[in-house]
Amino acid sequence: MKIAVIVFPGSNCDRDMAVAVEAISGHKPIMIWHRETELPKLDLAILPGGFSYGDYLRSGAMAAHSPVMREIKARADQGLPVLGICNGFQILTEAGMLPGVLMRNRGLKFIHRPVTTRVENHQSVFTRGYQAGQVVTIPIAHADGNYFAAADVLDRIEGEGRVAFRYCDDTGAVTDESNPNGSARNIAGILNETKTVLGYMPHPERVIEPLLGGSDGRALFESLIGALS
Amino acid sequence: MTTAIYSAEITPEIVAQHGLKPEEYLRCCTIMGRAPNLTELGVFSVMWSEHCSYKSSKVHLKTLPTTGPKVICGPGENAGVIDIGDGQAAIFKIESHNHPSFIEPYQGAATGVGGILRDVFTMGARPIANLNALRFGSPDHPKTRHLVAGVVAGIGGYGNCVGVPTVGGETNFHPSYNGNILVNAMTVGLADADKIFYSAAAGPGNPVIYVGAKTGRDGIHGATMASAEFDDESEAKRPTVQVGDPFTEKLLIEACLELMAGDSIVAIQDMGAAGLTSSSVEMAGKGGLGLELDLDRVPVRETGMTPYEIMLSESQERMLMILKPGREADAQRIFQKWELDFAVIGRVTETGKLVLKMDGKTVAELPVEPLVSQAPQYQRPWEPTPAQPEITAASVAPPAGLSDALKQLLASPDIASKRWIWEQYDATVMGDTIQRSGGDAALVRVHGTTKGLALVTDCTPRYCFADPVRGGAQAVVETWRNITATGAMPLAITDNMNFGNPERPRIMGQFVGCIQGIREACIALDYPVVSGNVSLYNETNGQGILPTPVIGGVGLIDDVDKAVGIAPKFEGDSLILIGETRGHLGATLYLREISGREDGAPPEIDLAAERRNGDFVRDRILGGAVSACHDLSDGGLLIGIVEMAMAGGIGIAIEALPGEVPVHAAYFGEDQARYLVATNDADALLAAAKAASVPAMRLGRIAGAILTGPGLDAISVMELRRIHTGWLPAYMAAEPA
Repeated sequence: MKIAVIVFPGSNCDRDMAVAVEAISGHKPIMIWHRETELPKLDLAILPGGFSYGDYLRSGAMAAHSPVMREIKARADQGLPVLGICNGFQILTEAGMLPGVLMRNRGLKFIHRPVTTRVENHQSVFTRGYQAGQVVTIPIAHADGNYFAAADVLDRIEGEGRVAFRYCDDTGAVTDESNPNGSARNIAGILNETKTVLGYMPHPERVIEPLLGGSDGRALFESLIGALS
Repeated sequence: MTTAIYSAEITPEIVAQHGLKPEEYLRCCTIMGRAPNLTELGVFSVMWSEHCSYKSSKVHLKTLPTTGPKVICGPGENAGVIDIGDGQAAIFKIESHNHPSFIEPYQGAATGVGGILRDVFTMGARPIANLNALRFGSPDHPKTRHLVAGVVAGIGGYGNCVGVPTVGGETNFHPSYNGNILVNAMTVGLADADKIFYSAAAGPGNPVIYVGAKTGRDGIHGATMASAEFDDESEAKRPTVQVGDPFTEKLLIEACLELMAGDSIVAIQDMGAAGLTSSSVEMAGKGGLGLELDLDRVPVRETGMTPYEIMLSESQERMLMILKPGREADAQRIFQKWELDFAVIGRVTETGKLVLKMDGKTVAELPVEPLVSQAPQYQRPWEPTPAQPEITAASVAPPAGLSDALKQLLASPDIASKRWIWEQYDATVMGDTIQRSGGDAALVRVHGTTKGLALVTDCTPRYCFADPVRGGAQAVVETWRNITATGAMPLAITDNMNFGNPERPRIMGQFVGCIQGIREACIALDYPVVSGNVSLYNETNGQGILPTPVIGGVGLIDDVDKAVGIAPKFEGDSLILIGETRGHLGATLYLREISGREDGAPPEIDLAAERRNGDFVRDRILGGAVSACHDLSDGGLLIGIVEMAMAGGIGIAIEALPGEVPVHAAYFGEDQARYLVATNDADALLAAAKAASVPAMRLGRIAGAILTGPGLDAISVMELRRIHTGWLPAYMAAEPA
């Protein structure tokens, strides 16, 4: 299995992602620098979290124009699964690979804390290891996670089953109090039309062993590895 | 030379503006054999500033223990280095960025984090954790809210972006910091013990390389500013505060570590306070050599910069390196990949002089050795701090209601949860954070191993004010206890000495007293000082801060699976109190918050008892007999019990209290050398304590969701949490009065 972690200047969860992928899949991912214009044959590409280009423009806006992204887009169009976590999600929206945008959190502050999200679509390659409606506890660490899209876009992605995760309370109820950043309809993760690209704000790579605060992130990687092998 | 030489360029006023006393300027002239020009004067000014020369503190700092079997490198380099086994080293230091943070809180705090990160990765370490010790003025002061918001956002803005977890720290409020907040940042890094990089220049002819960000006009004279008191005009110094660029820092970390993986580097030094001046002088001075720099080659952000400005700029995210000959191209390739400036700006010489050239002309020529060795050192006059009376528990009135006193303390600014702050910091990036702020020490796994580093900062300034010797010792022992309470062995400390104006004998007496206390505690606990920083002149309009010697401690545990936190896990476990309770109420939070008094002597420090009790507790933790542990400090026994209950979300029934002490003194006294431990075999633990001559008693039981105890109204843990977490968010959301 060939998994690539794309490294942008300012990525800072690239190592964590590689460690998690290797721990769960047994395969060491290849690290691909953002200037690359050609990709090897891949089974999965991951855009990790961090602050690409410092996020000095809109988060992810610069990285979306990195040379490697042209190739990532082309491969995704051919069906390559692409996972974007946190800054990776922001890059995917800025690159037009996922609809909507991630705005500044409604409280205007960076927030790091474990949050609960509910699995809305448990049939994608990313989420089939979870149960429908399962509530998972995974930390967020972002300032720009406030998902927004026009109402008709939201209606469409809801209708197409493309909302992968929603912020919820620990009973699974989707409430305003359990929405950490003001995201429209509590959306924490969305899929593209073919459900082969996922953007997700929480960091599953940080919760793969109980010693570090939980293992709810494992099933996401296990889903992928199961689906791809 | 017996008289100083002044000129049209160098007038007595110019000399005074550079923070040099007339006799210090005379010494400059003597070293030079002539009057310095303005650039040279600037170099003397920053190198001889309090910030860079430690002129008031050095004679006292020298008395601290700095060696030990685990010490690889003590004070004097960019950071301290200790051996953590398996060929690995922990590299760490704490540093203040107090003055800039008061003037421009976001950038002041952000660049404080950036600076301390550079001190650590300069030595070859990958930074793995940040901590921050913050002191703000009274919550009622009109500026406090703005300063808290800005400092916290700045620390988060920088640390989150570079991707180093912020795992711990502390925050206190006191009116003495109204005009001088304290922002002390600590970084801990990890390196191979045989790949540590030092700063001494070597090899005449070797190229001197500048890497990182470009040089601008920001931060000129920051070091001099940090060496003077504030007054009402200090706001006008805002342009001297640097602006941080954490993205460039992240690139610089990766580029430097990539280059360090090879063997091209002879010496490396970050450009921190006093920028290119201090980095070049220190590298040359330590190597006993000279440097010749061509300032035309320094990458600059703006045109028309003078040699004076280039040498004194404190632009951030810059490094100076000396490479082996012929390695320039290899190194340049790495820095180009990371899109950073890379310039060969000079070479090492045998002249022993720092020679600066621009436009083909020599613009400064200074002998390095005397510039470093003849820096002024003062044995400042000092007065011992008068002893405060010991306050007996019986002489302090009990509160109207014990439960009300508990609630009031829980919601008081120093005890109240700092969650509003630490939720703005990424604490789990890098994937090795086992335990973060909120307990005793933070615990970070050494990547790829089962080892863990326990990290903490501590200081109780009200103790230091009341009795500097006890206060200095207490800061050390509290870090030692915090580390011990996780199961880790405390190894070494870094110290950040924050004080007022050392030219006042009373302030200098506080400094000398704290150093004495720190020394005594470090010796007794085999816990040496390996790095540190001194920040003096923390005064505004003659009002000094409480003496605040912040201690950053580092400990090691071989197997993180054996570590414990403060949260009790099991219903039915017994809660045991380790250590002796005398009900000491002098200088306590109870006295300040409930009785409205700040007098009295702080608790005595019995270093032998600290060591005995701590070693006992650590052995029980490592032996698996303890499921949770918490040391006792601010607020005493009852606050410690409540903190455990809140952390575990589980009730505690207090069934007995230490006898022969009034109840309020038992609950709120701040006697030292004490721990709370949870165990499922109280009898065995009490028997072991007895055998080790460690005072211990069973306090109660862990069960349910309610706190109960003698004299207390039953209160739910949920309600305690609500009170504890409510104050800071409500305070920050409120409009200033």
